[in-house]
Amino acid sequence: MTDVPAPGSRAAARAAARRRRSRRSTAIAAASTVIVVGVLVALIVSAPGWPAVRETFFSWDAFKTSFPDVLSGFWLDIRLFVICEAVVLVLGLVVALARSSTAPALFPIRALATLYTDIFRGIPTILLVYLIGFGLPALELDGVPTDPVVLGGIAIILSYGGYVAEVYRAGIDSIHPSQKAAGLAVGLTPNQTMRHIVLPQAVRRVAPPLLNDFISLTKDVALVATLGPLEAFRQAQIAAASDFNYTPLIAAALLYLCVTIPLARIVEHMQRKERAR
Amino acid sequence: MIEDPRGPASSRQPSHADLGPGGPRSAPLAVIECVGVTKAFGDREVLRGVSLAVPEHNAVALIGASGSGKSTLLRCIDLLEEIDDGDILLDGDVITDPSVRPDRVRKRLGMVFQGYNLFPHLSVMENILLAPLRAHGTPRVEAEARARELLARFGLEDRADTRPDRLSGGQQQRVAIIRALATNPRALLLDEVTSALDPELVGEVLMLVRDLKADGMTMILATHEMSFAAEVADEICFLHEGLIVERGAPEAIFESPERPETQRFLRRLLEAKRL
Repeated sequence: MTDVPAPGSRAAARAAARRRRSRRSTAIAAASTVIVVGVLVALIVSAPGWPAVRETFFSWDAFKTSFPDVLSGFWLDIRLFVICEAVVLVLGLVVALARSSTAPALFPIRALATLYTDIFRGIPTILLVYLIGFGLPALELDGVPTDPVVLGGIAIILSYGGYVAEVYRAGIDSIHPSQKAAGLAVGLTPNQTMRHIVLPQAVRRVAPPLLNDFISLTKDVALVATLGPLEAFRQAQIAAASDFNYTPLIAAALLYLCVTIPLARIVEHMQRKERAR
Repeated sequence: MIEDPRGPASSRQPSHADLGPGGPRSAPLAVIECVGVTKAFGDREVLRGVSLAVPEHNAVALIGASGSGKSTLLRCIDLLEEIDDGDILLDGDVITDPSVRPDRVRKRLGMVFQGYNLFPHLSVMENILLAPLRAHGTPRVEAEARARELLARFGLEDRADTRPDRLSGGQQQRVAIIRALATNPRALLLDEVTSALDPELVGEVLMLVRDLKADGMTMILATHEMSFAAEVADEICFLHEGLIVERGAPEAIFESPERPETQRFLRRLLEAKRL
């Protein structure tokens, strides 16, 4: 028989071992990071074309001179995607509800909603921007907007509305039928059950994928540049074309990252919370 | 708004004559009555002509093996399933008439499910208030007072603001029963309300049902708890393959069952208990 250790002595030994293990892991992680980053930097810097690349893409002077214009262009992007995202949220929900309806009288609306998602999800966004941006004004109808920013926004809204509608619909379908049965059983109408029971749970569940689509939307707003408005990417292009220095593009890229990286962290946070439930 | 408690359904006197022996012979108008109800899912016949009458203040227990049609019958009565043939009446109104709006009927009944089916995104209080506020248009003050009274009566007053997933199974099922009671239903349909519970939590739910029975609540309960069925029910109906093959007072059914199917079912239960 072995001696029984004093109470607590085992716990202390185990805690010490755990601390040793975690110190070791940290040291290994740090060392491997230094090595990988060091090798990458060495590879890039020793490349024959590096001095030229550094001058054309990472010129501090070019950055300083072009940044104000790029930034003011990005302000247009921000306004555009905030408005687009708000409209897409509502449009997607309306289309999803139309597709989820079962009443026979609503068949035409259901068919229209299906057609809508099929078409606008199936066409590349840049093509939609062209078709709507150049095609709609060409009709010369009264009341049709001619501002390229508005037209580009419409194209992006229509494209993303299709995606977001499908995300909502997946969420609605994911709510267990027993929830609907319980809503009906307490005496709610089918519409009330959808509104008070199914939708609130569905929206909560699809919030992370919805935000994911918004990250894409944020970037795709740059496609409006093809119609001419002076948003960040277009401003950067103009600045780059004037002296063949591409640093303004890097400036525009950094501005996009300032928005998309926080959004990505929010998505991850929400997914963690959802899993923890 | 005060509603006609009988709702918009067409009134028709049920004919007791076609209920056959075992059905109520004369007597007080049944709260719930099923006449020759059939229901098939595809080509699987789940109910093959079920007739049943539940007088006011009575409790009828449906017993039988899994798949015998107990749950389906309850779901049909609450119009969660559409029956194929026959009629179901609530206070003498035919509720299975296609012209009847199902939500108007369900407002007059309370249903409790095996899996609780509480709304996970709402607090206990919100779960209970949803139907009175949205379906009945009860003023909030009044609805909340009734909800608090029910919660207090069943020992859950300190749980009003809790989310359902923070409650034990027994507490969840008690909340589900309170939710069904919140709108003063004419009858309560209890679908195996203890089957999903850990054994030590069954008691608290059964106690609540016992209280409701003492209050005179009319109810139909599908159950696997035979001793409880014997204690609470005025009539036991044994379902076998979609038919009520034997019915009667608890003592008769449990002590001297006549049909071989009933005898076999009860013997199996007894053997399972000995193991």
